[in-house]
Amino acid sequence: MSAVGPGGAEGIDLSLDADQQAVAELFDGFFANECPVSVVRGAEPLGFDRALWDALGALGAPGMGSPEDQGGGGASLADLLVVAEAVGRAIAPVPLVDHLVATRLFPDEELISGELVGGVALQPAAADGTWRLVPTGAVADVVVGVDGDQVVAVRSEAPGSGPRNHADQPLADRSARAGERTVLGPATRFDEALDEWRTLTAAALVGIAERSLQMGVAYATERHQFGVPIGSFQAVQHLLADLPGLIDGARLLAHRAAWAATLPVDQRVVDVDDNEFTDPTVLASMAFLFAGEAAAAATDRSLHVHGGYGYAEEYDIQLYFRRARGWRLVAGPPAAERARLADLLLGPASTPSPAPAGAAR
Amino acid sequence: MNFSLTPEAQAYRATVRRIIAEAVTPEAIDRMHSTGTFDVPELTQALAREGLLERAVPGRGGGDPIELWLLFSELEKAGAPYDGISVALMVAGVINAVGTEEQKERIIPTITSGQALVCMGYSEPDSGSDVAAATTRAVRDGDEWVIDGAKMWTTMAHEATWLILLTRTNTEVAKHRGLTMFILPMDTPGITVAPVHTMGTERTNATWYDGVRVGDDAVLGDVDGGWRTMTVALAFERGVMGGTNAGVPLLRHFRAWADEVGLLDDPTVRDHIARTAIDNQVAALLTMRAAWIAATGGLPGLEGSMVKVFATEAYQRAARAFQEAAGPEGLLQFHEPGAAADGFVDYDARHSPVTTIYGGTSEINRNNIAERHLGLPKARS
Ligand SMILES: Cc1cc2nc3c(=O)[nH]c(=O)nc-3n(C[C@H](O)[C@H](O)[C@H](O)COP(=O)(O)OP(=O)(O)OC[C@H]3O[C@@H](n4cnc5c(N)ncnc54)[C@H](O)[C@@H]3O)c2cc1C
Repeated sequence: MSAVGPGGAEGIDLSLDADQQAVAELFDGFFANECPVSVVRGAEPLGFDRALWDALGALGAPGMGSPEDQGGGGASLADLLVVAEAVGRAIAPVPLVDHLVATRLFPDEELISGELVGGVALQPAAADGTWRLVPTGAVADVVVGVDGDQVVAVRSEAPGSGPRNHADQPLADRSARAGERTVLGPATRFDEALDEWRTLTAAALVGIAERSLQMGVAYATERHQFGVPIGSFQAVQHLLADLPGLIDGARLLAHRAAWAATLPVDQRVVDVDDNEFTDPTVLASMAFLFAGEAAAAATDRSLHVHGGYGYAEEYDIQLYFRRARGWRLVAGPPAAERARLADLLLGPASTPSPAPAGAAR
Repeated sequence: MNFSLTPEAQAYRATVRRIIAEAVTPEAIDRMHSTGTFDVPELTQALAREGLLERAVPGRGGGDPIELWLLFSELEKAGAPYDGISVALMVAGVINAVGTEEQKERIIPTITSGQALVCMGYSEPDSGSDVAAATTRAVRDGDEWVIDGAKMWTTMAHEATWLILLTRTNTEVAKHRGLTMFILPMDTPGITVAPVHTMGTERTNATWYDGVRVGDDAVLGDVDGGWRTMTVALAFERGVMGGTNAGVPLLRHFRAWADEVGLLDDPTVRDHIARTAIDNQVAALLTMRAAWIAATGGLPGLEGSMVKVFATEAYQRAARAFQEAAGPEGLLQFHEPGAAADGFVDYDARHSPVTTIYGGTSEINRNNIAERHLGLPKARS
């Protein structure tokens, strides 16, 4: 979105614009109909539902984020955030976030139409050309990622299965070398794609957190103990009352990251001392980290409020709990991401393995 | 979403920054910490001279919530005192909303000209969170009211010209219905002020009221309508007028010091800095949202509760992490040789505990969010 808000009015506007509201309603409605939680469960353990993917294709979702002159929907990153949040709310077993990011970098016709599924390798290929644990590796027809000093798109047959994992995600190793390989440019071209992945995944995690909070509130209202709803116990109330601030904060950060990506490069500010950040890379990292914390907290607490039932497979909160971790940790340890953020904020550390705190003086 | 300030708002912010840079000298900050009086008269007067106080009064000189937010976040980020200014502006806003014409003319200009500070007498020795349980009595006597009782935590009472005082005028009705608010001069006979010193350098006061006589012109709002006046006041206060950016000067002071002493390469320190920077940005965005809601005609009470709970607890986490990272130097106070961040690490570790207490404790704010935002059943209490 430009620096001029919806309707041409300038100044702060933290609402979704009319189009985005319509998109949110469309996707929430779509997932409510096409992706009840039985679909999520039915797609386990692979974590991919082909029929749901095809239905999304019919909506034009796979190409939404690609330029219109290439047959895409021309949606902005901010618009896609709204879609990613809906995916998170429904924990839909479709790799839409990864596909959108791959397709924006590699606007292949069959990816835009959704005939092919796209994915991104979040870590560079190892020396032998293996992309380890690609989040969509079991199902993606095309994987985009870094190999050496280049970013490449590799089309090859998806294995269709992968290691069983915490979140029932279609994780699998893929090769950056075997298959039909297109060189997209120098490796640095992938940086922006990773920023987009972090920003969109932040939104998906916001969706997970929001729905988990709703489930906790609903359960606390229905469930009675000692003759009263458990939601009238202050200890229960306060577990849940922290969450709206975390969720709203994460959503605002993700949208700020998307907004910052539209600013001219010479207006990008990183000022820790003044708490002023308009750099999309910094904000994407912050949004991803903070949304990850919010989703972890929301699922922890909501599950806890469900008591023993929260631990039972039959209850849905466990599905959210596991995805809140899986969708985040595919990118690596949060501490490593915070170290990267610190480098962006402070410049790189001058000594690689410094003495422990205090010893320097 | 659009996060850009209008050119007017940017110009306003630049003015505020210039005034702060001129008036809030290191000496002024030092004086504030050594006296415990968190007010810099040069700053209040400079803001008044440029018309910014008048302009900031809610419902009066524009009272643009975006400007209010910018004013207070700039003050906070600079480590400048803002409590005196925020209470004064809040009270001016309340007078403007519920006061008589005579009160508006008599009182508001003394505030917006930067001459008069206001102190706030809500809390009592036996009622804090349950503020509506106030027992300070105001009794009718002919044309006058006679006030007797005691207040606690009457911050700025030793400097203020005016006092806004919550009293009980009716003991026969439910506690919220028998309250009346007064606004009176602090030099009215019968008021006693004694200092209460705190762990975090800030001075506050205990105040006593012994046969204090005022006329009807001191009643602010309706007799027995004090709760409504309180509600108006709280709506201004929460979220926008300070208390949500304290992590910013803390991080700035700590980072500069860590750089100086070679701690900035320590991975644990870098991790804390990254976390604090994220929390600071989230606090700023949630504050911005409260301001935006107010600017678009809403009442950001619940959003204010959310940002207050989040920002104050994040500030406490950061203050603790940085003090631990600093080691013994983090114990040293202002002016002691070698003190971490010139003593700010010690100061923030001392000051941060109060931020989850005053202005509505975290628990009171969580109660609000649970019942009014999440719609959970009312707690049994
Ligand atoms: C430095 C300082 C300056 C202040 N300045 C002013 C001022 O200028 N004017 C003024 O009027 N007041 C002022 N206050 C008072 C402040 O508003 C109160 O301290 C605050 O509202 C809490 O009240 P209390 O201290 O009586 O604590 P209590 O209300 O006694 O609370 C004690 C503990 O019990 C918890 N608790 C209370 N009720 C509940 C509940 N329903 N559910 C769950 N937990 C609960 C609280 O969260 C808290 O942890 C100031 C306080 C301080 C420390």
